[in-house]
Amino acid sequence: MGAIRLEKVRKAFGEAVIIPELDLDIKDGEFVVFVGPSGCGKSTLLRLIAGLEDVTSGDITIDGTNATELPPAKRRLAMVFQSYALYPHMSVRKNIAFPLKMAGMDKAEIDKRVSNAAKILNLDNYIDRRPGQLSGGQRQRVAIGRAIVREPAAFLFDEPLSNLDAALRVGMRLEISELHQRLKTTMIYVTHDQVEAMTMADKIVVLHAGHIEQVGSPLELYSRPRNTFVAGFIGSPKMNLLTGAEAKKHDAATIGVRPEHIALSTSEGMWKGTVKVSEHLGSDTFLHVETALHPEPLTVRADGEFPVHYGDTVYLTPQADKIHRFDDKGLAIR
Amino acid sequence: MARRVTQRRKIGMTVLAWAVGLLIFFPILWTFLTSFKSELTAISIPPQFLFFDWTTENYATIYEQSNYFHYMMNSIYLSLGSTALGLLFAIPAAWAMAFSPTPRTKDILLWMLSTKMLPAVGVLIPIYLLFVNFGLLDSRLGLIVVLFLINLPIIVWMLYTYFKEIPGEILEAGRMDGATLRQEITQILAPMAVPGIASTVLLNIILAWNEAFWTLNLTTSNAAPLTAFIASFSSPQGNFYAKLSAASMLAIAPILILGWFSQKQLVRGLTFGAVK
Repeated sequence: MGAIRLEKVRKAFGEAVIIPELDLDIKDGEFVVFVGPSGCGKSTLLRLIAGLEDVTSGDITIDGTNATELPPAKRRLAMVFQSYALYPHMSVRKNIAFPLKMAGMDKAEIDKRVSNAAKILNLDNYIDRRPGQLSGGQRQRVAIGRAIVREPAAFLFDEPLSNLDAALRVGMRLEISELHQRLKTTMIYVTHDQVEAMTMADKIVVLHAGHIEQVGSPLELYSRPRNTFVAGFIGSPKMNLLTGAEAKKHDAATIGVRPEHIALSTSEGMWKGTVKVSEHLGSDTFLHVETALHPEPLTVRADGEFPVHYGDTVYLTPQADKIHRFDDKGLAIR
Repeated sequence: MARRVTQRRKIGMTVLAWAVGLLIFFPILWTFLTSFKSELTAISIPPQFLFFDWTTENYATIYEQSNYFHYMMNSIYLSLGSTALGLLFAIPAAWAMAFSPTPRTKDILLWMLSTKMLPAVGVLIPIYLLFVNFGLLDSRLGLIVVLFLINLPIIVWMLYTYFKEIPGEILEAGRMDGATLRQEITQILAPMAVPGIASTVLLNIILAWNEAFWTLNLTTSNAAPLTAFIASFSSPQGNFYAKLSAASMLAIAPILILGWFSQKQLVRGLTFGAVK
């Protein structure tokens, strides 16, 4: 059972405070994603949970026991690293068996678990190869295999897909989600990629400068961002954030409209603008439209076939009920 | 046009490299040749290069006059002993500095290396007195300790640079997997660093083998290694160049052969493909 609870956890390296006091509750079996821009403290937070870094103050409870002082191996957590961190001098089989060997498990049980993991992860044919002879995706699987044989209370993933190419990344994303469905074990996953966060998570924790900006399901974060940071970070392309006169009309310091919530017309609408760059994705076209409202062009999603050229005049109308309002501190006005 | 210039440059560099190589190798070649000359031919002017009466009498004489194997065994004891002792201390030290560096780590490394800049003769008297008091003069144990200490900074420094190249995440993975500190070093770090450790061992053996200052000053016969063996041919009866050369060849032969066969080992890189 892998419920994890962080209470008043704080981490500082000397004078530099990486994580100011923070509380977080992770339920058993949840797929939680820590997401945020680089340097936001998400990896440090994961390493604190893993026990690879010591907390400066606060408590970490794993599965009901206080794990704050426990060494990494005693926390019953398994970690998959960004660089895979396989042991290069050992075969795939030995890599996967290593944690079990360290735990002093008997050989028959080790063999059973290793072959079981190899089967789940399609590693049967590579079991006697060295990591150096495997492709990136296969190495990633070995790293996951090494994690699952331990039957841990929770899995920790530290940006596991960022060394893979785009096509493989989508594939592995599905495999990890699939694995979670099958094992129902708690997973904590760190990424800077909000698409990974949105597609995989039960619960997303958005971090910024060591603070938790918002915790919620992907759709909650998408439809009810708590502040301008979350509003700008979650969703692709980004939400358009407008300040000034247009925001005042809505009684707010800032208003936000997502590109997909703006209606586009060549004849009439609320805001007049000039088309700059248009990005054709086939299914959709993203237009960058220059308006008098804001110095930055607004991003608007249009139909894939929308006939428009550089310099054309278009009219934009935001959907009234999809306008997000924020006060002068950047917090959402509900 | 550009191509011809590079071609010419290539030939020039090749010739230069060979010339430098030959220059460095020449003394060894000359010693080798001299060792097969008679004493008279050895000092003849002009020197004779290849066309002289080759003879092995120098080797025979040396073998009869002195106990070569006694010296060789001492050299082996001293170089292997000091290297083993060195690794025992240097691996943990380099591990600590490579993977848990502090702001002072670089300074400590430099400070360690700076001890090598001290002229050895400056500490000869204190060390000699220590040896006298502890009854270590002319003992293998005493020399092993001295050679271990004088080469320790170099072993630590070399291992440190090799360990630095091993990604820390692999050791962290080991820690997550439940490896104890000892297992982390013996089962993960050491096997990954084998090429680095091998070349460090080799270099240290060569350094210890060739070390002449301490071995000459702290031994007489019992613990005397090959350096003392060579020296014994240089002074008492005047200079016998041919015999001296033969003795030198005998002294450097083992290390020359070792170096020759381990060349590839030394050059082999550290990259296995663990990361990326």
